[in-house]
Amino acid sequence: MSITADDIAKIAKLARIRVDSDEVPELSQRLANILKMADKLQTVNTDGVVPMANPLDAVQRLRADVVTEPAGAAALQARAAFLAIAPSSEQGLYLVPKVIE
Amino acid sequence: MSWETVIGLEVHMQLATKTKIFSGSSTEFGQEPNTQANAIDLAMPGTLPVLNEEALRYAIMFGLAIDAEINPLSAFERKNYFYPDLPKGYQTTQLAEPIVGPGKIEIELADGSSKTIRIHHAHLEEDAGKSLHEDFADQSGIDLNRAGTPLLEIVTEPDMRSPEEAVVFAKKLHSIVTSVGVTDGEMSQGSMRFDVNVSVRKKGEEKLGTRTETKNLNSFRFIEEAIKQEVNRQIDVIEDGGKIIQETRLYDGDTKTARAMRSKEEANDYRYFPCPDLLPVVVDKETIEQIRATLPELPNAKKQRFIDTYALSSYDAGVLTAERALADYYEGVAKFSGEPKLAANWVMGEVVSFLNKSNLSITTFANERMRAKDLAAIIERITDNTISGKQAKDLFLAYLEEQDDIDVIIEKRGLKQVSDTGAIEKIVADIVDANPEQVEQYRAADEGKRKKLLGFFVGQIMKASKGQANPGVVNEILLKKLES
Repeated sequence: MSITADDIAKIAKLARIRVDSDEVPELSQRLANILKMADKLQTVNTDGVVPMANPLDAVQRLRADVVTEPAGAAALQARAAFLAIAPSSEQGLYLVPKVIE
Repeated sequence: MSWETVIGLEVHMQLATKTKIFSGSSTEFGQEPNTQANAIDLAMPGTLPVLNEEALRYAIMFGLAIDAEINPLSAFERKNYFYPDLPKGYQTTQLAEPIVGPGKIEIELADGSSKTIRIHHAHLEEDAGKSLHEDFADQSGIDLNRAGTPLLEIVTEPDMRSPEEAVVFAKKLHSIVTSVGVTDGEMSQGSMRFDVNVSVRKKGEEKLGTRTETKNLNSFRFIEEAIKQEVNRQIDVIEDGGKIIQETRLYDGDTKTARAMRSKEEANDYRYFPCPDLLPVVVDKETIEQIRATLPELPNAKKQRFIDTYALSSYDAGVLTAERALADYYEGVAKFSGEPKLAANWVMGEVVSFLNKSNLSITTFANERMRAKDLAAIIERITDNTISGKQAKDLFLAYLEEQDDIDVIIEKRGLKQVSDTGAIEKIVADIVDANPEQVEQYRAADEGKRKKLLGFFVGQIMKASKGQANPGVVNEILLKKLES
């Protein structure tokens, strides 16, 4: 299966990755190789095989519904620590370029 | 041309857990921004989600309440998209293997008939944060307190045929989930948000029309208005020779207008895949049965019990069981007073109208303003003839003001009914003597007209007694006097 330049553009946009045009040929080749492997997997007979959601032979453990985080002044302190590593913040909010719906 | 409307709902319901679905951050509403978003909620590298057992339990309770299959093995997947209020770049949700399989909810329509609305499935997922667009020039503020709040998304089949049906269903769903206690159901705080899928087709046609989705409606009124408007819009478009485009729409409850959101064709490519951070969730039969045993009485069963135990009409029982807190309050009043019918009249009449006027919840009312015991005491004073029904209404309001002992208020406000026949006989005689003309008219009148004249006399007598005469005694004496 071949991967067109349009496919690359679409996948790159969905993943928010910038791809320059000179990278496209190599990328389509590599993606085509991945798909080739997927095609090979498709030929395996999986009748009667239960889909595996996770390779570990284990089930999800559960957490008790108990608050583990501090409230009040300590919560404000924790917030300050997180806000400090954000590019921009104000009034306790993370600031991002304007989102228009 | 006759058109048929087809409606399906997707409901995002916030579960009543104390903490988030995958972290130990509090879910309490209305806190300082970003004080309830820990490293997991913020998607810091190296953090891992662990499922909240209470969120899972609530999802199962809901499934059992709607007669659904509980999936013994469910799994989480990643729904990938980029938005600033979604720190991970994906929403952890369920797709192929949701926790709750197909179920059904019975609704009662206005004409008295009932109808089954099928539930396609319900799945667990996390909520996103909140974007605030108003306060910053060219920037948006992000509050992630809500990020990771556990949601159960409930998806119906397209089984509703009118805006009214959709609202009846939404109210029934609200009644079930608040009765079971899996959500607080506070619509104004976003605890239940409805997306409506609407399409129209010519009557008799089987193929569904192209549908649109109007998102995030948070009141029953908005659901009705948004659907009505969208149905009219679609019919207009088609009758003008146009085509409906599948799109997501937003409804503004303030301006009562809807608009199409930016095309999401590309963004709809969510590239789901199983979440490698979470293992399959296994629920065994024993756990399900343990949870089933904790299910409280459901609204339908409670309604039937109210009809059987308290001899209420189907309508009254329906009103009283729509909300669990109201049903509990009613039962308290009925038991304390021993007068289930009177209790129903009072709760549905004075209490509900007071709640509407004062914008109070029944829970606050019952805890802070008038306990079931207090209302029962008022009712007892009617049945033991201390006060009349009319005086009881005054006493009801007086109690809300003073919260004093009921008998003290009765004494203080002179609300005691006069049942002493001697005193009433004197008043009746005075009034009859003062109105010889009406007495003549009464004696000459037929049955229907007599009733009206009787009303005139009773009115005069009650006025003369300052509303304190026992109406039953007045009637008896008056009739005797007029017919002698």
